[in-house]
Amino acid sequence: METVNIEVNGRSYSNEVEPRLLLVHYLRDTLGLTGTHVGCDTSSCGACTVLLDGISVKSCTVFAAQAGGHAVTTIEGIGNSGALHPMQEAFWAKHGLQCGFCTPGMIVSCIDLLRRNPDPSDAEIRAGIEGNLCRCTGYENIVRAVRAAAAAMKADEPRRSVAELLPVGAS
Amino acid sequence: MITAAFEYYRPASLDEALRLLGGRDDAKILAGGHSLIPMMKLRLAEPAALIDIAAIPDLGRIDFDGKRFRIGALVTHATLAANRDLEKNAPALWDAANHIGDPQVRNRGTIGGSASHGDPSADYPSVLLALGATLSLAGKSGSRDVGADAFFRGMFDTALAPGEILTTVSFDAAPASAYAKYQHPASGYAMVGVAANLRLNGGTVGEARIAVTGVGDSAFRAGNVEKALAGARAGDADAIKKACSNAASGVDARSDSQASGTYRAAMADVYAARAVSAAAARG
Ligand SMILES: Cc1cc2nc3c(=O)[nH]c(=O)nc-3n(C[C@H](O)[C@H](O)[C@H](O)COP(=O)(O)OP(=O)(O)OC[C@H]3O[C@@H](n4cnc5c(N)ncnc54)[C@H](O)[C@@H]3O)c2cc1C
Ligand code: FES
Ligand code: FES
Repeated sequence: METVNIEVNGRSYSNEVEPRLLLVHYLRDTLGLTGTHVGCDTSSCGACTVLLDGISVKSCTVFAAQAGGHAVTTIEGIGNSGALHPMQEAFWAKHGLQCGFCTPGMIVSCIDLLRRNPDPSDAEIRAGIEGNLCRCTGYENIVRAVRAAAAAMKADEPRRSVAELLPVGAS
Repeated sequence: MITAAFEYYRPASLDEALRLLGGRDDAKILAGGHSLIPMMKLRLAEPAALIDIAAIPDLGRIDFDGKRFRIGALVTHATLAANRDLEKNAPALWDAANHIGDPQVRNRGTIGGSASHGDPSADYPSVLLALGATLSLAGKSGSRDVGADAFFRGMFDTALAPGEILTTVSFDAAPASAYAKYQHPASGYAMVGVAANLRLNGGTVGEARIAVTGVGDSAFRAGNVEKALAGARAGDADAIKKACSNAASGVDARSDSQASGTYRAAMADVYAARAVSAAAARG
């Protein structure tokens, strides 16, 4: 067994793990953070994408032990219903998802994309999400969502809650 | 998928890594893990110990003195893809780094891991051959330098001896260079990839180094193309195309579920001409 000290979404954890435990299983099974999904388990689909020290990685292709001493951000740390990240709000507003399975990884990748390139062209957005597969949307609305999020982040708009965004009269 | 069990070490110095690696033949180096971990998940590799080199200082550096690059083994594809010196002074490697896999793969995978793995469809081996790169290998009894021509020996076979660690890749600036790749649509690996490095005298090709990946058991230099290109006018697309015919001559082109050997060999000519034209346009 190996002791790993990992910061996840701003909280420090210390756990005894087997060296072969993958980061995605550490997040889901050890910490109960099931927002990070397993799609292919073969490094292809990007459903398991998280930020490691702020950089997007496929957590099915990283051992938890390798993340020891580092900081991980999962979709749970990106935002919540009381204060959505602009990327989350944009995915909602632009219908950037259907079944939602790819969405946590997709949002994390798109945030990393805007870190590297705050004002991407449509072609750059498409290239930037090459590591994330979506079997529902056909990607069109995802591209629109990233464009909208880039504009919102440039304007430094405040985070909104789900309640604020719901149509008038809905509960 | 769960890998076989292993012991995990993360040494803080190269010496300690060499000591851990040298003491046993069932240990493997772990760099970005983006070739090794997928293989371990499929149980195609079951090392009893992994020596993670991520914490070794200096292996992540890029040095450029205006003439020569020295790139540490741990430098990621993403770091190379974002490096302005490389874009200007050795654009063939910059091209290749930008087109490996996808962003997450580029964020983890390293130049040293790719070179050490010796994958016949990897991008860098052809670029390192075309650049005439030197690979520095550290071992228990010191360090030795191996040229790329001698380093890439065959399918998943390199000049790395047991117990050795690749530390640095170095090469001279090559401003008139380019890499052109026929990318597998799913994995991103090179079905065929060609790196071209030209020395231009005015408007003509003085010397050319051309290397092909994805086609044979290992990346190789296309010697007949190199010869045919000498003296060609850099802007003459027809002459370039003609010089690039039979880029894979003498090589046993691989056939597999993705493409026949005949197709791969034909595409080697097409991508050689593209790489040479792109390199000439930069010169
Ligand atoms: C989805 C996906 C798509 C990909 N697409 C491409 C692509 O388009 N083109 C391409 O070229 N590659 C591609 N790759 C492979 C990727 O580039 C890997 O990062 C690279 O092949 C290995 O580098 P690594 O740092 O991840 O090495 P690791 O996986 O950590 O190691 C690979 C091997 O090299 C050994 N090793 C590593 N570093 C050293 C060292 N310094 N000294 C001695 N031995 C060492 C290890 O022991 C192991 O045997 C892809 C990978 C994935 C998962
Ligand atoms: S589950 Fe990790 S890439 Fe698909
Ligand atoms: S929304 Fe269903 S996979 Fe993307």
